[in-house]
Amino acid sequence: MAAPRDGTLSWFLALTLGVSLIKFLLIKAYHSTDFEVHRNWLAITHSLPVSKWYFEETSEWTLDYPPFFAWFEYGLSHIAKYFDEEMLVVQNLTYASPATILFQRLSVIFTDLVFVYAVKECCKCVQGGKRPRDILGSPSFVLAVLLLWNFGLLIVDHIHFQYNGFLFGVFLLSVARHFQGRHLEGAFLFAVLLNLKHIYLYIAPAYGIYLLRSFCLIQDNSDGSLKWRNFSFIRLAALGIIVCSVFALSFGPFLALDQLPQVLSRLFPFKRGLCHAYWAPNFWALYNAADKALSVLGIKLKLLDVAKLPKASMTGGLVQEFQHSVLPSVSPLITLICTLISVSPALFSIWHRPCGARGFLRCCVICALGSFLFGWHVHEKAILMAILPLSILAVESKDDAGVFLILATTGHLSLFPLLFTTPEFPIKILLMLLFTLYSFTSLKRLFRPECCLINTVESVYLSGLIPLEIFCELIYPLTSWQQTFPFIPLLLTSVYCAFGIIYSFFRLYGILLRGPRYTTKRKSH
Amino acid sequence: METWAVASICVLLGLTARWTVSLNSYSGASKAPMFGDYEAQRHWQEVTFNLPVRQWYFNTTDNDLKYWGLDYPPLTAFHSLLCAHIANLINPDWIELHKSRGYESPAHKFFMRATVIFADVLIYIPAVVVYCLYLAQGSSKTKSSALLCILLYPGLILIDNGHFQYNSVSLGLALWGVLGLGCGHDLLGSLAFTLALSYKQMELYHALPFFWYLLGKCGKLGLTGKGLILLVKISLTVLVSFALCWLPFLFDPQQTLQVIHRLFPMARGLFEDKVANVWCSLNILVKIKTLLSVDTQIYLSFGTTLLAVLPSSIKLLMKPTFWQFRLALMNSSLAFFLFSFQVHEKSILLAALPACLLLNELPLMSVWFLHTSTFSMLPLLLKDNLFQPYIITSLGFIVFSLYLFSAVDRSSVDDLRLGPCCRLTGTNFLWFSFSTVVKLQFALSVLTMAGLSFMSAALEPPAKLPDLFPVLVSACACVHFLGFLLYFNLVQLTESPRSDKKKIN
Repeated sequence: MAAPRDGTLSWFLALTLGVSLIKFLLIKAYHSTDFEVHRNWLAITHSLPVSKWYFEETSEWTLDYPPFFAWFEYGLSHIAKYFDEEMLVVQNLTYASPATILFQRLSVIFTDLVFVYAVKECCKCVQGGKRPRDILGSPSFVLAVLLLWNFGLLIVDHIHFQYNGFLFGVFLLSVARHFQGRHLEGAFLFAVLLNLKHIYLYIAPAYGIYLLRSFCLIQDNSDGSLKWRNFSFIRLAALGIIVCSVFALSFGPFLALDQLPQVLSRLFPFKRGLCHAYWAPNFWALYNAADKALSVLGIKLKLLDVAKLPKASMTGGLVQEFQHSVLPSVSPLITLICTLISVSPALFSIWHRPCGARGFLRCCVICALGSFLFGWHVHEKAILMAILPLSILAVESKDDAGVFLILATTGHLSLFPLLFTTPEFPIKILLMLLFTLYSFTSLKRLFRPECCLINTVESVYLSGLIPLEIFCELIYPLTSWQQTFPFIPLLLTSVYCAFGIIYSFFRLYGILLRGPRYTTKRKSH
Repeated sequence: METWAVASICVLLGLTARWTVSLNSYSGASKAPMFGDYEAQRHWQEVTFNLPVRQWYFNTTDNDLKYWGLDYPPLTAFHSLLCAHIANLINPDWIELHKSRGYESPAHKFFMRATVIFADVLIYIPAVVVYCLYLAQGSSKTKSSALLCILLYPGLILIDNGHFQYNSVSLGLALWGVLGLGCGHDLLGSLAFTLALSYKQMELYHALPFFWYLLGKCGKLGLTGKGLILLVKISLTVLVSFALCWLPFLFDPQQTLQVIHRLFPMARGLFEDKVANVWCSLNILVKIKTLLSVDTQIYLSFGTTLLAVLPSSIKLLMKPTFWQFRLALMNSSLAFFLFSFQVHEKSILLAALPACLLLNELPLMSVWFLHTSTFSMLPLLLKDNLFQPYIITSLGFIVFSLYLFSAVDRSSVDDLRLGPCCRLTGTNFLWFSFSTVVKLQFALSVLTMAGLSFMSAALEPPAKLPDLFPVLVSACACVHFLGFLLYFNLVQLTESPRSDKKKIN
């Protein structure tokens, strides 16, 4: 058995090396203000005492990630000083020497190794990889490509600039540990992850329910109903100790310094608007668009008075604060309630009918999608939280594969506005084509004996993305409207993609409630 | 996966590599007053757009030939003119006569880079795809591996999309010529090759094999019957297509002579800068460039080149098969590179093209050669600030080509097609030891090249020898190339008539 195992290792290394080389080639590409954000955090954590980390505000990009991420930057800063000491000075705003750029880019590429390891662990968990005759067609190979070569991660991390690869590495590793039955380890990793980036709180409910139901309850009655006598308090205590000690390690120092309120106010800034400058393709994008359409219609029909409308509403999409003119305004509380309502059926479902680690993972995806669709001030990048874990499900069941294709394609296309500079335009098109072409052909091949993965309406909708993109990026800038209504392409993109993402959300719910069909596996064996 | 999907993925990867490399700097970026090849190409657009055709190759008040005067054949000039028209639509400042000298801006860089990749997509890449899918031997896996490796060959990417040139046009046209001959469409093949030759005179490196192959084929058909008709047809195609390309310059003998004079500048000496060819390397020991007169240098280089090409030409004439043709292309271009007059370091790309075509049959040697060819251009790439993409693309190429072809394991006497040679000379290698020796040599050579690369980039040369690293690099590459010339000649010359499995038509 030594030879096949070596084979697995070699193709995995080849895939990793290939994508890493592309990342190296992207060092020279454009980087967004997030580059400066992370440089500033390097400087803050390196040159200031811990007590000042969450108070420092020389730069507008104050530290707003949880403490572990600050420590992560602190660790990086000790390597950074060998590249260029100047980047570690808080006052050097927008400092970007070649050495700084090199260091920051390399730091993303090398911390991605955590992601690579996590992907390797995930590949071991998928079923049906017993066809050594044809490596290219095995689920684990497809999964490795879908994760390692993920379009969104490539452009968000290695062009736009963020550390999502590292964070998703921790997340996927935690998921893999649950698949392998190492629940305590999985819980520990997730607690660490929450203290690296608190956006993962959105999927915490899925973790909580799953661990209580499938880990703390040792065994069910034969009819599947709950048996509280089997509740293991030792396991609950172990979980509690692990999670609490991680949080204590992270927030303890700030509690001791009596800075907890300040830290929390940095982590949860509700002063921002409902939507980001570019509307993430979620429910609120549709809501805003409907509001705008109604107000335009109202003015046309003379039902509304132009003078009474809020000023910003007609140039919305480019301003942070968007005021609704017809529909009622939305408060953070309402978004929270909507989010909870949207994910609660999924949580109930895995409580009443646990489907093992796969059901849990599907619930994670639904939680991520629900919060993406209804959350407050959602960034378009957050869609990766749903796409990446869904990749694991997609290589195992035909239904999930169909949803994955729709969600990944629309979600990735909705990331396009992140890269608006001309030299990067061909890169995003090429990488998108590469990923989309691969995901379609490989998943189709994986489930070949059966009919197509997406139906006609869905494929028409997805093909519609091509003319949409051509119109928004190539034709519209040439028209005179570009000057007067520059927000139209962004609006069109987010509204069009919102439909696809909402649709995949409901289809995923359908699969969760009905139970997925793993028919292909039986057939192929 | 279906073949088309795999092929598209390979093409997309090739394009991604090209575009990401093109984000880097180009030759002569903000280096006034002369700039580099990027400015040369822009200047040609300016000249061809603003001046009448008869002034293009002449020194006039509006056309200073000392400042990047046009020195490529007419097709290049027409290509520049086409690009100039597009540039004029976007921003006339880019090609304004005199005033646009040294024009540089991000938008202009984008435009220039886009023209290169557009030419690539139009000419070179389709040729490679057609070659790999329809002409190359082997399973679909080897075919797609070859496609990926050829498209990721770093030398061409770094020179075209980094340094800035349009080699993919001339190489692509030459490849279409090879395809034409390989598929039996001799007329189309000769048309494509004539176009290549009218785009870049350096394509002469490939001209002899084309000539001998077609002549040999006509000979086989019988020079009195069918062969003669074919020969006449081919000559007519070549003459007519040449005449069409050169039409504006043919009416006035002075024009024709001036163009030819511009194409072959004999006064520029035996070699320039540091080239990995024989003359430049000999110059380290004996200063031939100063010792000999220019005329002697010309005769010397002409004679040695002919001598080096002769064996492979004769063999090809005797046995005009596609396999022999590809080997002859390799031998001829390499001999020209090593021995001819006025060779540029970039001309090694002409030998790299046939090496790409041999990837399927001789993986180890082709990969080794292609890697060496990229390495031989290192001094140039360092000058252009392309060290980083050089390291990344070379690493990617060598790892993936060795991995996909399992090239290192295919190093026995028979894999290297040296069996007939050994039988002829009576050499009796122990097979095991032969393959080990080859592997060791390969490892040693790759390590040497890597070491020299990092030394050139990181170390300051001693004050007395400022050119130490470029000289070491070119001498090292030259030794390699001589070895390759010997090897490929051995393979071509000793191929026995019976082991003729590779014949296509």
